[in-house]
Amino acid sequence: MTLREILTVLEAEVLTSGADLEAEIPCAFASDLISDILMCTKEPTLLLTGLTNTQVIRLSDMIDLLGIVFVRGKTPPQELIEMAEERGLILMSTKLTMFRSSGILYSSGLRSCKI
Amino acid sequence: MAEFWNINPAYEKAAKAFLQEKPEAEVTLEFDIEVKDFVNAGKGSAEVKNVLKRLGVDPNVLRRIAVASYEAEINVAAHSNGGRMNSFVYDDMVYIRFEDKGPGISDIRQAMVPGWSTADDLVREMGFGAGLGLPNIQKNADLLHITSEYGESTILEIIIYYA
Repeated sequence: MTLREILTVLEAEVLTSGADLEAEIPCAFASDLISDILMCTKEPTLLLTGLTNTQVIRLSDMIDLLGIVFVRGKTPPQELIEMAEERGLILMSTKLTMFRSSGILYSSGLRSCKI
Repeated sequence: MAEFWNINPAYEKAAKAFLQEKPEAEVTLEFDIEVKDFVNAGKGSAEVKNVLKRLGVDPNVLRRIAVASYEAEINVAAHSNGGRMNSFVYDDMVYIRFEDKGPGISDIRQAMVPGWSTADDLVREMGFGAGLGLPNIQKNADLLHITSEYGESTILEIIIYYA
């Protein structure tokens, strides 16, 4: 799926500037636990999370995240958005829950990342 | 002092010889880790990763190093009275040593059990405290050595080979 398609099905908004919405996203992972995310992402991945503290961006320094979708209508602080922009990382926000977002993406053909 | 060792059998000889000799590193990095400083925690590991990336380390190994180092860095910030991270980069491996100012781990075996955590509410709200930090380090490192005792400082050493 492209980022644009993901945005459409999740009714999400983009929080960062300069994102390439035609970029292909091969897979995703969803969790609110940082250790789980570190353990379960072994390839470039889209992350769905409800965590909005800056450690989520530090996380993207360690593993290869293609973008982050904040679920349940969570909005991160401006500082986090700036950190993401410095790294060229796209941030999105959807009002849908993590379960619903995951279900929609999965049934749209997005696979689970290799764990 | 209680101790915990976990060594990848393929590197047992090399890793033990290294720890005895501790030759001079090509690059050394040092970071202070402050108590509950979740703004800066992770910067040290990101810097180590950047240095190794420039050296052309394989992306998969790079991820293992970054994950193990970050988990250990977060542990110092989340559970200790502050500490320091020293990284030593060689041609074929990286050695990272974390030393904190206490309060020590009362039962290292217990701390290694996946899902077991002593994290407080603040730490859990940040998304940590899953009880997977030490198991995650063990999984990604070729050598993990912890020495600790309750009331004393904890030293955690990691070695990961890339050549």
